[in-house]
Amino acid sequence: MNLFMEALAWLGDPAHWSGGGGIPTRILQHLAITAAAVGIAGAIALPAGILIGHTRRGAGLIGALSGAARAIPTLGLLTLFGLAFGIGLKASLVALVVLAVPSILAGSYAGIQAVDAATVSAAKAVGMRPSQVIFGVELPLASPVVIGGIRAATLQVVATATLAAYIADFGLGRYLFSGLKSRDYAQMLAGALLVAALALALELAFAAAQRYAASRHAAPARSAGLFRSDRTDTRPAQKGPTS
Amino acid sequence: MIEFESVSKTYPGGTVAVREFSLQVPSHRTVVLVGSSGSGKSTLLQMVNRMAEPTGGRVLIDGDDVAGRDAVALRRSIGYVLQHGGLLPHRTVLDNIATVPVLNRTPRRRARIQAAELLERVGLDESLGTRYPSQLSGGQQQRVGVARALAADPNILLMDEPFGAVDPIVRRELQAELARIQADLGKTIVFVTHDVDEALRLGDEVVVLRRHGVIAQRGTPAQILAAPADDFVRDFIGADRDERRLTVERIDGRDIAVDGTGRPIGVLDS
Repeated sequence: MNLFMEALAWLGDPAHWSGGGGIPTRILQHLAITAAAVGIAGAIALPAGILIGHTRRGAGLIGALSGAARAIPTLGLLTLFGLAFGIGLKASLVALVVLAVPSILAGSYAGIQAVDAATVSAAKAVGMRPSQVIFGVELPLASPVVIGGIRAATLQVVATATLAAYIADFGLGRYLFSGLKSRDYAQMLAGALLVAALALALELAFAAAQRYAASRHAAPARSAGLFRSDRTDTRPAQKGPTS
Repeated sequence: MIEFESVSKTYPGGTVAVREFSLQVPSHRTVVLVGSSGSGKSTLLQMVNRMAEPTGGRVLIDGDDVAGRDAVALRRSIGYVLQHGGLLPHRTVLDNIATVPVLNRTPRRRARIQAAELLERVGLDESLGTRYPSQLSGGQQQRVGVARALAADPNILLMDEPFGAVDPIVRRELQAELARIQADLGKTIVFVTHDVDEALRLGDEVVVLRRHGVIAQRGTPAQILAAPADDFVRDFIGADRDERRLTVERIDGRDIAVDGTGRPIGVLDS
């Protein structure tokens, strides 16, 4: 039996699907730490990115920060935080938050600042407050790009969250580390397959969310199946002289 | 009434947009500021609703300095029409028109009903109300822009080259529509354009601007056509252009107006 078949057999073993260390529990743990990391990163990076995109000030900061953050090796960061906070979930969570922030920051900034300046200026000129411009105009129009940033961050985090098991008994990474230690490569591969499946599932969910946001908020006209080129069709509906 | 009291605008760095501009816009009249780019005409318009702040002088509405008004409340009390409509692409036509009433806490249902009535007023069919701006032609978008500006029933309308981006035929229709609406409503309109024909067609009063908002001449369209103040104005209004130089020829007992190229363009009523 080759390794792949062994991994599938490992996955098919009912014993691995129950109990405290079972696959469902570990998947939930993995999702929980991913959600927590992306949630915290979003709470930091979304307001910051939106504000920078709205004011168009501090864009240089975004470039520098996301560039620098991408160069940081998460494993090194994890070791560092592990030494600082001690063994446990806290260190992994902080490392994952640091990993997630740049994508969300860049996405929200890029989305907001790409909204047509004339539209924003018009919204202001008719009497929208800055908060109404942000929540009523900029965010809806930017939502596909903003969600794209969260999507990228989530994918990075869900893959990297395996490292949480490096300093805590948590998540799907446990299968990788314990498999490595005990030379149980079937278990390791099974763990990797589970992480990959989880990442794929999240990717599909986010793609759907992005499509929904685009059709619901950013460009609803398109979802109605009517394009600019249809506008000759609009003419007979108009009274009086054509314009 | 809108008053500009020696208004200036200098950008940081020393670029001058407007220098010492003074003008009174009487209520219920249409005043057209006409000038080429660099004349500061749009900047002057934006000073009325505080989208631009003067660096010197004051702008008064009915005697009150606009600088003392809350900018958001001020803007909601003034209708504003922009060149490219400035419609919100993610909202339907009706919701775009209802923007300001909804901001002013008019119940959405009622605001939409009023918006539908406004569609009619600007010459569009109610069925367009559920469309999105990108599904309309440029001219239709401008009509919606006018409807949005009228929605809160403001006394003042600011129009910043509103018909500049549509083709000439549609522009004529929109101008006629605006003249009709203005005859009904009698708003105080400040209209900015670089198109002299448009200025002469729509303005009760026309203000010809040089660079930096310096007034070259102001007067009724007839006054300006009859007596251009100087060569700049004469040049700008194209007083020497063939279509402005009309002569009368008597043919078969009728007076025929003929333009500078000798083309007959109309008959004088006796």
